[in-house]
Amino acid sequence: MAALLELTNIETYYGPIMAIRGVSLQVEAGRIVSLLGANGAGKTTVLKTISGAMDPQKGTVRFDGREIQTRDPDWVARLGIAHVPEGREVFPFLNVEENLQMGAFSRRDASIAADIELVYEYFPVLKGLRKQAAQVLSGGQQQMLAIGRALMLRPKLMLLDEPSLGLSPKLIQEIATIITRLNKEQNVTILLVEQNARMALDIGDFGYVMEMGRIVMEDECERLRNATDIQEFYLGMKDEGVRGRRRWKQRKTWR
Amino acid sequence: MDLLQLIVSGVSQGCVYGLIALGFVLIYKATEMVNFAQGDLMMLGAYVAVTFINILGWPFGWGLLATLAVMALVGVVLERLLFRPMLGEPHFAVLMLTIGLGFILRAFAGAVWGNEPQALHAPYAGQVLRVGELVIGYENLVIVLGTVLLCTLLYLFFRFTRLGIAMQAASQNQLAAFYVGIPVKRIFSLVWALSALVAAFAGVLTAPVSMIDPLIGFVGIKAFAAAIVGGFGSLPGAILGGLLVGLVEQFAGLYLPPGYADMSAYVLLLVMLMIRPEGLFASMQQKKV
Ligand SMILES: Nc1ncnc2c1ncn2[C@@H]1O[C@H](COP(=O)(O)OP(=O)(O)OP(=O)(O)O)[C@@H](O)[C@H]1O
Ligand SMILES: [Mg+2]
Repeated sequence: MAALLELTNIETYYGPIMAIRGVSLQVEAGRIVSLLGANGAGKTTVLKTISGAMDPQKGTVRFDGREIQTRDPDWVARLGIAHVPEGREVFPFLNVEENLQMGAFSRRDASIAADIELVYEYFPVLKGLRKQAAQVLSGGQQQMLAIGRALMLRPKLMLLDEPSLGLSPKLIQEIATIITRLNKEQNVTILLVEQNARMALDIGDFGYVMEMGRIVMEDECERLRNATDIQEFYLGMKDEGVRGRRRWKQRKTWR
Repeated sequence: MDLLQLIVSGVSQGCVYGLIALGFVLIYKATEMVNFAQGDLMMLGAYVAVTFINILGWPFGWGLLATLAVMALVGVVLERLLFRPMLGEPHFAVLMLTIGLGFILRAFAGAVWGNEPQALHAPYAGQVLRVGELVIGYENLVIVLGTVLLCTLLYLFFRFTRLGIAMQAASQNQLAAFYVGIPVKRIFSLVWALSALVAAFAGVLTAPVSMIDPLIGFVGIKAFAAAIVGGFGSLPGAILGGLLVGLVEQFAGLYLPPGYADMSAYVLLLVMLMIRPEGLFASMQQKKV
């Protein structure tokens, strides 16, 4: 069976800087695939390359049998890939419900209202906040909104970029549960980027580890959990990892 | 009495500034481009209306609608041909492009319609409304009512329609808008269409009062000042800034020696930048578009 998503020898640059140095990976339909790596490894760039926010210099991105590496992100989204970006990126001045409606912008079917209710079932807190501007939500609530908004696309594949970032352990647990449920109950295939290796390996089926723009390890999460390297570098070293220098944030530099 | 009379003309002139300022802000918020040809789009709109109404003899209402349609199309074409390729280019490059566009539009208008000032025929031209001692020209009344009507429609559009909300979304977070599948580039075309349409509307409103010539677009500079006074990120701020500039100008004309009135917009701008650099509406910037 062909994978739902397949990257072959992807190379992606920021100007002259080569951020992705020949990455190949597969995501099979129905699975949760985790992509791990320290910061600066290139995980976000891989997701941006998949969703079309960046075009790779070399290599192909195949989704559902089509090559999509040169397409614009809105086109890719309409094809069924929902990208939940690093830092949530909700629409700050729109209220919660409007944010969710925007998630369904490309849809014309009659079940949009029902899907909003579905999102509220997964995230009951959002229901009480439906008329609140997204900017006043807490970090955890914004993360839920971002995931809910992505769900409104009725995606085949969801790309999640560090959903645990900045959340309390309890919230991380909650988000992890939701991700598993979406995968099982809504048939959403998931590519999960995390620095929180423990969470990613717990809920993932298959895992890739990136370093310096390359994939350096890949295996079933079960086995990765037991690999000594992973235990030393990712599980032992506290979940927060080394987040020193960061974020000259992704303002409108999508190309 | 005098004071009321001044306020009436200040408000009606201010509405025109406000509408042009609105065009600046619409484009800036969505695309981060500053379109210095906004005033020239107003000028072009006025000439298109002259073509339909004066030259082809269409009824005023139909002429207005046709003008708005044509100018919306002009907005789309400009975006598609000139500005879409400039997305992501340095701001000064885009700025130069819009300044150049202004030159081209003025030369074009001069070549097609001539440089002599002309007036748009409006059925209500010359009539006045008397309220006690106050004399209000119908032209001014139409400007104010037209502005109120347009702003109401825009408010409803941005607040309640799917497309309007998507325009807000694309302005607030371009990348996220892409990710949820909003066709952001097409949205930008629509923003340009809307902004050219608003400018043309201002042109049609003002053309029966003041004579038009290819250079009337220079009021765009005052409108730009108005947009900054209003906070440059806020649509209500743009209108308020326009009103403020219009009013200050009228009063300066009365109380100061001749010539000062034309400077007043910029003096207001300088004062504003000194005491409240973020503009009138900064605190609620973008709240309601
Ligand atoms: N806008 C940018 N301009 C130039 N270089 C960039 C830019 N964004 C990222 N990089 C570089 O590309 C490399 C990969 O960055 P990327 O954001 O994909 O890493 P990441 O694995 O997502 O890290 P993190 O865990 O911190 O989110 C890094 O070395 C970074 O320095
Ligand atoms: Mg990242």
